[in-house]
Amino acid sequence: MGQTAMQKILASHAGKKSVEPGEFILAKADLAMANDVTAPIAIKALEKHGITKLWNKERIAIVFSHFVPAKDIQSAAQAAFAREFAHKYDLPLFFDEGRGGVEHSLLPELGLVVPGEVVIGADSHSCTYGGLGLFSTGVGSTDLAAVMATGEIWLKVPETMRFNYRGTLDPWVTGKDLILYTIGQITFDGALYKNMEFTGPALKSLSMEARLTITNMVIEAGGKSGFIEADEVTEAYLKGRAKRPYTIVKSDPDAKFCASYDWDMTGMEPQVAQPNLPDKVTGVSKVSGAKVHSAFLGSCTNGRIEDLRIAASILKGRKVAKGIRFMVIPATQNIYRQALKEGLIDIFMEAEAIVSAATCGPCLGGHMGVLGPNEVCISSSNRNFPGRMGHRDSQVYLANPAVVTASAITGYVCHPEEVVGKKKVAA
Amino acid sequence: MIKGTAYKFGHNVDTDQIIPAKYLVTTDPKELAQHCMEIADADFPRKAKPGDILVAGRNFGCGSSREHAPISIKGMELGLVIAESFARIFFRNCINIGMPILECPEAAKDAESGDKLEVDLDKGIIKNVTKGKTYQAQSFPPFMQELIRAGGLMPFVKKRLAAQ
Ligand code: SF4
Repeated sequence: MGQTAMQKILASHAGKKSVEPGEFILAKADLAMANDVTAPIAIKALEKHGITKLWNKERIAIVFSHFVPAKDIQSAAQAAFAREFAHKYDLPLFFDEGRGGVEHSLLPELGLVVPGEVVIGADSHSCTYGGLGLFSTGVGSTDLAAVMATGEIWLKVPETMRFNYRGTLDPWVTGKDLILYTIGQITFDGALYKNMEFTGPALKSLSMEARLTITNMVIEAGGKSGFIEADEVTEAYLKGRAKRPYTIVKSDPDAKFCASYDWDMTGMEPQVAQPNLPDKVTGVSKVSGAKVHSAFLGSCTNGRIEDLRIAASILKGRKVAKGIRFMVIPATQNIYRQALKEGLIDIFMEAEAIVSAATCGPCLGGHMGVLGPNEVCISSSNRNFPGRMGHRDSQVYLANPAVVTASAITGYVCHPEEVVGKKKVAA
Repeated sequence: MIKGTAYKFGHNVDTDQIIPAKYLVTTDPKELAQHCMEIADADFPRKAKPGDILVAGRNFGCGSSREHAPISIKGMELGLVIAESFARIFFRNCINIGMPILECPEAAKDAESGDKLEVDLDKGIIKNVTKGKTYQAQSFPPFMQELIRAGGLMPFVKKRLAAQ
């Protein structure tokens, strides 16, 4: 019987010839990651149990992302606590404020996660990295403390669901729309405990960044991990970036999948998840006209340079609608600099959008544009549960960057074509 | 034996509803406990007493990986959480920090807020005294039982480190 890529990766990291779904293993991790919110609990767990020796300081990344720059006194104190730890152990992969950005955009950008690896992150969207052909999953802080101490993680080998996307994508359809559609089909817990493998010609036509958007959101279907086999697009992305040698792992033709989906995406319009669940998905035309108060372009889902370019191409020469706030937050410091160089930031500011330093910011209702009672936001991020971006009675629509930007210009949810006409404009 | 009153919640209660992000600036269990479940039910932190039982539908604890969520529940000294199903990371976090949970779709579906429950954690037996019904929850796989017996993940890790 053939093996899925995930079985192969996990077997090789557990020192076994093969593993079966459902089996419990202790796997060796290649990288452990925590952020400013999850690191403190992990550090306290280590301290409480008197563990002072770290597994491998070269492989422990701490990325400040959520409440940076500090939003209040408590978050400043919390950051100081994690910073002190990073300095004490002299962690080379400590990314302080101004030196990194949102973790799931940063680690791929710096080539710190590569195909064939096992990456464990104390943040639920750590599943993002699987877009590069590796196993990665999100865990809590205590799990991460255990990896920091031993380099090992206990895992149940997941079953794999396979998604095959065929056809030709419409000009305004991106990775975000494929994953929103998928979540809408299988629902919020359709992939609970499972690995989601994405493939097919329509998927292969997507850039590395758009692919990372897809694996970013597997958790919104309950998934444990996402996987996209590395190909020439992946290798081109890794060139000059990859910090470690890598192995490309593929599922065997006769591998066993617990479910297989095969969809023709031709003619699908951009997708929107309506309040308050990521699986309340519909085509944008069905919700077109819904009033919004603010729009947010950013986050680990869609805060990359490609996303900013699309937004700028739509915004150029236009203005954000009166009474609407449009937050634009490049996901990393490097993306911000690139956007500056390309003149994108100027376009955003000219259009009266608000541009901020790299942070998660409003994605989790932290700061930089928190929603008030009954306010409605259209966001390029990944979650719209009640209260996610602010007040419990606020509402969030999730969409791709083009839809978010067009909606910021009109003040209601709309198709980008409503703003720029039929053809997609070049950035 | 855990004896307490049930507080019932719906499907997909995510960790933002268990503990909103604005409180993630602290890791103190008592402080977090004061805001536990407040998005879903603003009075919950004051109503529920130590030993009471949180009952939920499918996919409880989905969303963010924040361990602050089970810590806030533990901080309230609730007896346990019973759900139709748990989100994966939340499930792991509970096992790792020693917060008792049981997966039992029938018991979770039947229970209503205010029901008196009695739970034998070791045997996984849930008794709804109000409704006069008894249920058997799913048992943990042997590996997890080992973790639970060790008192959570960190004691287990220390044992492994000592053995190396
Ligand atoms: S951008 Fe949002 S989803 Fe991504 S890591 Fe930050 S808070 Fe989480």
